[in-house]
Amino acid sequence: MSDFMMFSLVPLTVAVVISMTCALLGNFLVLRRQSLIGDAISHVALPGIVVSFLLTGTLASTAMMLGAGASALGTVAMIELIRRLGRVEISAAMGVTFTSLFAVGVLLLEWHQASGVHLDVEHALYGNLESLIWFDGTGPAALFDPVALADLPPQLARVVWVGLVVAAFVVVFRRQLILGSFDPDFAASVRSYPALVDLLLVTMVAVAAIAAFEAVGSIIVIAMFICPAAAARLMTNRLRAQIAWSQLFAVVSAVLGYLLAGQGLGWLGFDVSVSAAGTIATLAGVILLLACLWGPHRHRTGVAASP
Amino acid sequence: MEIWWRALTFTLGYNTSLVTVGSMLLGAAGGMIGSFVLLRKRSLVSDAISHATLPGLALAFILAGLWQGDGRWLPGLLLGAALSAAVGLWAVQTISARTRLGEDAAIGAILSSFFAFGVVLITVIQSMQVTGQAGLTGYLVGATAGMLAAEAQLIALCALGLLLAIFVMRRSFLLVCFDAEFARTQGVSTGRVDLLMLLLLMAVVVIGLKVTGLILIVALAIIPPVTARFWTDRPLRMVALAALLGAAAGYLGVTLSSVQEGLPTGPLIVLAAFALFMVSFLFSPWRGVLAALLAYQRFRRRVHVRQGLLALAREESIFDNLTLKLLQRQGYIRRDGVATLPGRAAARDAEHEERLWALYRERHPDDALQQEHSGLTPLAQVLSPDAIMALEAQLPPKPEGGR
Repeated sequence: MSDFMMFSLVPLTVAVVISMTCALLGNFLVLRRQSLIGDAISHVALPGIVVSFLLTGTLASTAMMLGAGASALGTVAMIELIRRLGRVEISAAMGVTFTSLFAVGVLLLEWHQASGVHLDVEHALYGNLESLIWFDGTGPAALFDPVALADLPPQLARVVWVGLVVAAFVVVFRRQLILGSFDPDFAASVRSYPALVDLLLVTMVAVAAIAAFEAVGSIIVIAMFICPAAAARLMTNRLRAQIAWSQLFAVVSAVLGYLLAGQGLGWLGFDVSVSAAGTIATLAGVILLLACLWGPHRHRTGVAASP
Repeated sequence: MEIWWRALTFTLGYNTSLVTVGSMLLGAAGGMIGSFVLLRKRSLVSDAISHATLPGLALAFILAGLWQGDGRWLPGLLLGAALSAAVGLWAVQTISARTRLGEDAAIGAILSSFFAFGVVLITVIQSMQVTGQAGLTGYLVGATAGMLAAEAQLIALCALGLLLAIFVMRRSFLLVCFDAEFARTQGVSTGRVDLLMLLLLMAVVVIGLKVTGLILIVALAIIPPVTARFWTDRPLRMVALAALLGAAAGYLGVTLSSVQEGLPTGPLIVLAAFALFMVSFLFSPWRGVLAALLAYQRFRRRVHVRQGLLALAREESIFDNLTLKLLQRQGYIRRDGVATLPGRAAARDAEHEERLWALYRERHPDDALQQEHSGLTPLAQVLSPDAIMALEAQLPPKPEGGR
């Protein structure tokens, strides 16, 4: 029990919260056919974080979150500029932007490797969920012990805060989000400012991506933006139900994935543990696969179900 | 600087030269196939393909490691990468064709879950007793520094083969890109051509893994074609140009990375490609930002001069500062705003032209609509001389009150 409290409670909570946050936003990205914005932004989080690390010198500051958020907004601006001024198709504009910015991030990272930075490309991609150890979490009593609670890894609080902000955003702007997702022209005509809400949504995606990025790495972020929401889309035709399904899928893949990563191979007789972030994201993909095979609403409306 | 120069002139040793040539061929192949994929509006499919190579790479590494103790066996790794990329590609196609999910969601889901599975396998490798593990991370961001001559030769040869294959297939690709319906009536199987296109793209991605790394290889298939699009409207020229630009990016990137130990190749190639893109984006004389700005300014001046001349002809006073300045600069008015002799002549011409245009619009509204900036282009550029004479004959007499 104390082992669980010390080594697993925090990573598990962080994984669950991040997954739920990303899956919540993912619903709107999938509906708007903008899934790849999440992909682009989580690639760009790398240069954002590296640059703000080089400027501020620490890995855990609000300044860094701000810097990375600004870089994400800069990315969106760059994509739009290339698309409008250069008359380039949107997916190509995205490809140009995020590969170049990611290249800048990798280059900066390699450049400063000599100065002993605890940040490398692999870390950025896979994250380091297992390292979130709660040293004072020696037993259930620690949950009520203020001294022990103060020792919780700071990532936990950050992730929970971001989760709350994102949830509040979705609740407050639910009308505008839904309108903008289904009929942007109508949304504009009834003054629900779809462009502004779009921008806010992208900002939220960036904030979630960056908070998650530091704790769990960028693969899990992309997977969680897309897979649970896409799987939920195949389960139902109602938005509320879709959001509920996506949250369920997110929780299931986070919990199961974390447990499998730690123990899964042990059950097969190997004494190794594998990347938790990777397993969680893989499970999200597996859930999507199952939904693609058997989801009750997997077919396009108006297309007859093929035998 | 001196090292860079030696790399640029291929005098930095056999291996470096071989890698440089290989990357240039690869860049050219990526640019060519990327152009077709861009025209088909499926650029980001390459992103899914490249990320989907990771599980295959890792599995091949594990198998080779169990077999011979060292996982680094390039042909095997490439084969594994190609197989899992093919599975990923098939999954993207199937998801977007068979379910209600869009292609974007399919791409995102496949790239993230395949990549994640690859990461899981990599952590398995890390706990195995296999040598050469460090070689595997080179596939993430690209590393040509420690490449063996045999590997470089393999990459260069494959890139050359791909280049030839794309060259042979260019006609059918083009046909399908522009008019799939027409292609079908010509007996071209669009599905098969599409598949072949994506398979060639996949081959480029797999060959390029070692050079740019799997996250950045997409850039080679996207940036050069987008750049080439700024310089031409002819598709085959665009393909050729994209090949040149891709080769240039490969050349610059690889040579730059040999300047200093440990500089990653992939990012440098991508940034070289991006630099070429930025230059084209800003300065291309046809579609560049600067050219568009200049064209706008020119158009604005023409409108102001024309309106100013019309005002002179109708003896109205002009208040707009820009108009006054432009007319003065051309010598049409004096500083106090009174028309000079050439100014009066030009004003008369402008008014005549305007009336002719009005008449033309009235008589042939459909033809007039076809003209860009109708009214501003001299009518002589639009109509033949006798058509203008016929129009002039129909011109109603000038209303009294004018000059």
